[in-house]
Amino acid sequence: MNDPAAPLIEVHGLEAWYGKRRILHDVDFRVDAGEIRVIMGGSGSGKSTLLRHLLGLHRPARGSIRLFGTDIVKAGSRELQQLRLRLGVSFQGGALLTSMTVGENVALPLREHHAELSENQIRIMSRMKLEVVNLGGFHDLMPSQLSGGMVKRAALARAIVMDPQLLFFDEPSAGLDPVVSAELDELILRLRDALRMTIVVVTHELESAFKIADTITVLDQGAVLMTDTVDAVRRSDNERIQDLLNRRPREIVVDADAYLRRLTEEEA
Amino acid sequence: MSRPTFQPLASLGRATVQSVAGFGYAGMLLAESLWFAAWGWRSGQPVRPAAIVAEMRRVGVDALPIVCLLALTIGIMLGIQFIAALKEFGAQSQVVMAVAKSVTREFGALITAILVAGRSGSALAARIGSMTVSQEVDALAVIGIEPVRYLVAPALIAMVVMLPVLTVFADAVAILGAAFYSAPALNVTVQAYLLQTLSLLDPGDLWQGIGKSAVFAVLITLIGCSTGFSVTGGAEGVGRATTRAVVLSICYIIVADMIFSFYLNR
Repeated sequence: MNDPAAPLIEVHGLEAWYGKRRILHDVDFRVDAGEIRVIMGGSGSGKSTLLRHLLGLHRPARGSIRLFGTDIVKAGSRELQQLRLRLGVSFQGGALLTSMTVGENVALPLREHHAELSENQIRIMSRMKLEVVNLGGFHDLMPSQLSGGMVKRAALARAIVMDPQLLFFDEPSAGLDPVVSAELDELILRLRDALRMTIVVVTHELESAFKIADTITVLDQGAVLMTDTVDAVRRSDNERIQDLLNRRPREIVVDADAYLRRLTEEEA
Repeated sequence: MSRPTFQPLASLGRATVQSVAGFGYAGMLLAESLWFAAWGWRSGQPVRPAAIVAEMRRVGVDALPIVCLLALTIGIMLGIQFIAALKEFGAQSQVVMAVAKSVTREFGALITAILVAGRSGSALAARIGSMTVSQEVDALAVIGIEPVRYLVAPALIAMVVMLPVLTVFADAVAILGAAFYSAPALNVTVQAYLLQTLSLLDPGDLWQGIGKSAVFAVLITLIGCSTGFSVTGGAEGVGRATTRAVVLSICYIIVADMIFSFYLNR
């Protein structure tokens, strides 16, 4: 096992590009075991891109990403597979496989990675996780028959079915009504307390971020503005952070040369 | 930099790079699928027989009625055309030979492949495309399931097995169709027509069609899957990919068929 004091996630100097646009710029990021870290930022701040890099879905242009002490940029495919067994991910849209029932979706990781389990064991384990997210009895429905909040909870059940040490949650409250999103927040807190998971949540919802976070990382235009406790972020005198907290529109300074270039160049 | 005269050149270059990249990607899908099929079980990524069988049913068994119907029609049509054309030389009796060879070498494999490209190639592109758009492919990857192993390898194996089988069915039914029309016109019984067909065919004729259909199977699967994985732009992108998969598959099938016919009949 790893040293318990070592950080679960350690990112150094991460840089990412989509074509000619730089999305992430020299990002340092570190998450310790047992904390709930919220990655916050406006649209286009690069938080989803950061998440995709943490999951090993993209290769960074520069920098290192360590999960559980292993550099996933340099890791071979089998090493990456092994690492992925120790993390759970709940995607923004749920990403349940639409050709399977909710129960089969939740059971999928067990079926694929634990061939030694019997059908009975798999059924019981997956239904237990559905109970944890308050979806008991819904295992026979297809994903298309669920509401938005139920899809997110089912995706969460699938993410935790292997009892991961590290859970990623992309936009838990996007597109949900306030009551359902508050329930999801409670669920995240309960998971940490009951199952001792380290949880990384990507969100732009301030209320939910302040409620669940131990620490918050604020991203802006691809760079980390600050990483600190909830109170410290609230008190921060950084203008961009205060804009974000107080829902102030950005004051965009126009660079006249760049503006002209964008208007006139054929292949800008 | 970008003077108008260079524009066509630039877009030609870009298109070339894109198509080379497409070839490379499809080749990688093929290599990875074969690797997972052969050694996947050793690294905990087995290609599941259940998935292959399910895919075989979708690709093969479900397509059987429509393949047979089309093959029957094509057989009758060939009978009509050959009798009409050969009558001018007074060589109607050669119809049996002409139908037998052209069906087994060409039409059986070609018609089946075009039909399956329309049915299953598009379905593969649509399925993988919509999974890519809704992040299901990403979800598979982070669950620790290689998407190529889970989505491409079973389809590839099923297609390579089932397309030749469908082709054999199509051959048989098309010849039967030709027999129904031609036997009365030639004043022989259907049984006699079929017996004569069997005596005229040699295994090489059948193998030519079967071998080609295996190649078509690889083309259909790779084109369907690679256009599916490269979908961007939501539901509209999925629709575009589906169309593209069918058109590309049929083009490649016909070109490959021409190349094979050239080399196999020299």
